[in-house]
Amino acid sequence: MNRVAKFGLAIVIVFMLMAALSPLLASWEKVQSQDLIARLDAPDSAHLMGRDQLGRDVLSRIIYGARVSMLVGLVVVSVSSIVGVLIGSIAGYKGGWVDRIISSFLFNVFLAFPGILLAIAMVAFLGPSVRNLILALSVIGWVGYARLIRAQVLKVREYDYVTAARALGASDFRILLKHILPNSIQPLIVQASLGMAGAILAEAGMSFLGLGVPEPIPSWGKMIDDSREFWFTAPHLFIFPGLMIALAVLAFNFLGDGLRERLDPRQRPR
Amino acid sequence: MKRPEPKLVNNKLEAKELMMQDSTPRMPEVLIEVKNLKKYFPAGDGWFGKGMDVVKAVDDVSFTIRQGETFGLVGESGCGKSTTGRCILRLLEPTAGAVNFAGQDLLSVDSANLRRLRRDMQIIFQDPYSALNPRMRVGQIIEEPLTIHRLGAKAERRDRVAELLKLVGLDPSHAERYPHEFSGGQRQRIGIARALALNPKFIVCDEPVSALDVSVQAQVVNLLQDLQEQLHLTYLFISHGLSVVEHISTRVGIMYLGKLVEVATSEEIFRNPLHPYTRALLSAIPKPEPDEKRNRLKLTGEIPTPINPPSGCRFRTRCAMAEGRCAEVEQQLVEVSPDHFVACMVVAP
Repeated sequence: MNRVAKFGLAIVIVFMLMAALSPLLASWEKVQSQDLIARLDAPDSAHLMGRDQLGRDVLSRIIYGARVSMLVGLVVVSVSSIVGVLIGSIAGYKGGWVDRIISSFLFNVFLAFPGILLAIAMVAFLGPSVRNLILALSVIGWVGYARLIRAQVLKVREYDYVTAARALGASDFRILLKHILPNSIQPLIVQASLGMAGAILAEAGMSFLGLGVPEPIPSWGKMIDDSREFWFTAPHLFIFPGLMIALAVLAFNFLGDGLRERLDPRQRPR
Repeated sequence: MKRPEPKLVNNKLEAKELMMQDSTPRMPEVLIEVKNLKKYFPAGDGWFGKGMDVVKAVDDVSFTIRQGETFGLVGESGCGKSTTGRCILRLLEPTAGAVNFAGQDLLSVDSANLRRLRRDMQIIFQDPYSALNPRMRVGQIIEEPLTIHRLGAKAERRDRVAELLKLVGLDPSHAERYPHEFSGGQRQRIGIARALALNPKFIVCDEPVSALDVSVQAQVVNLLQDLQEQLHLTYLFISHGLSVVEHISTRVGIMYLGKLVEVATSEEIFRNPLHPYTRALLSAIPKPEPDEKRNRLKLTGEIPTPINPPSGCRFRTRCAMAEGRCAEVEQQLVEVSPDHFVACMVVAP
């Protein structure tokens, strides 16, 4: 893997550890404890990222905020890519009327909705919670993966090695699993890393709109939302969470590029 | 015809013995009989308008392939020769017709039996780059047929892979490598090894040398001939050029626009070609003597579309000998001398 990808991987690991170990790195008590006298304090040695409008420690809230971002990102990408691969590969491999129903009808119906609007409507209807947020983002997310995989499968199934496998008597399941999917999945990995970044951004956006994670759980998007009135008086309130979002998005993109190269045996140095 | 359960055979001698028990007949008997095979493809996607055009890729083709022979199928691109090969293996479902394989009607067997029958018939492809899964090691590629049919334990299968690699002139250590590390000719050998893994009786060679360098072509053709002798294989050898086919075929069928126009032994085709299309193909073969005077029969015009082929004889639009009646009746194959069939009412009324 190249240096940029390693850097991306390192950042991703740091964020994942931060999310998994947040109770050890900070404490829920510090996330919550308010000190109105010290509100909007600039960073100092005791509070490396300063304090927010209620005097809470920003660093602790950033660390706990990583939990929401990583959780939402991972689950949304996993759910939507699994659903997308299943539906997309069936449409591409089976072809005929199955494909027509799935790709000309189902895909277009989902694509006709403006994604974030659908997510907003769903969360507004179901009530804001982490689960509903993940559900809403997955419902709008899977179509992209499905379309990508369908197009890939349509291309790959015409290769002679697929015909060879059929001539050898391989089952449809085996052909899909051993021959078509391994050769179709590569762009999906890039898509998934972008999707991770996209889901993190979407979560931040939803939280910024007040439809993300409910209080008292801290989220980077919500922290930026809360900082709106203090952009000029206390810029550290949006700089740090904004930096985190940017860093996470960048890291996943670097990682995706690196993975793509790594997974292609032609680009693997022997 | 009863056949022992295919075992994994660890050396050529054993393989030969197995083949001998295999009730190999003394007389060359018919292994494959293709009767009135048709394959029509719908043109367009069929969303709007039902009564759509069809591409008649293969239109009423009949021929037989005898045990142990190589039947060459020749024609220009798009004449339906590959489609014919794939229909015989049921990689494409024929629109109509019948294919008999060793006395069994291939088109009526159910999918479980078809899977079993697939052990007996295999295919080698034209493009060695698309024929091998780039994500599998060569060993896995050659082992896959054995895995699919659950033959042998892991160690036995690995031995068989090494044996097959040697059989096609590669080194057993190559099993650990990926296809992209090989040249076109080597890849073609890997494809051949995969096709041989199940000890098939019949192999469709779909232009196996067309994509290779001329020097490598000869090597692969020689390999195919050696293997045929060793393993008593029957080939359907598809090609767009007559020169390769002359070298390897016992009998040759010439196809034009989905139809067979002439079928004869290889010798006969080259010594006494009757159909004007066959003659044109033959005169297109380059000769090594540049000074030799030749009357080349050049075909003019393009091959017509198989969606709406010319009435009567399909070749008449490009034929120098065409007469008025050629447009009216479609001539069938006529036996003009033993084992020589031609479909032309001008040369064989």
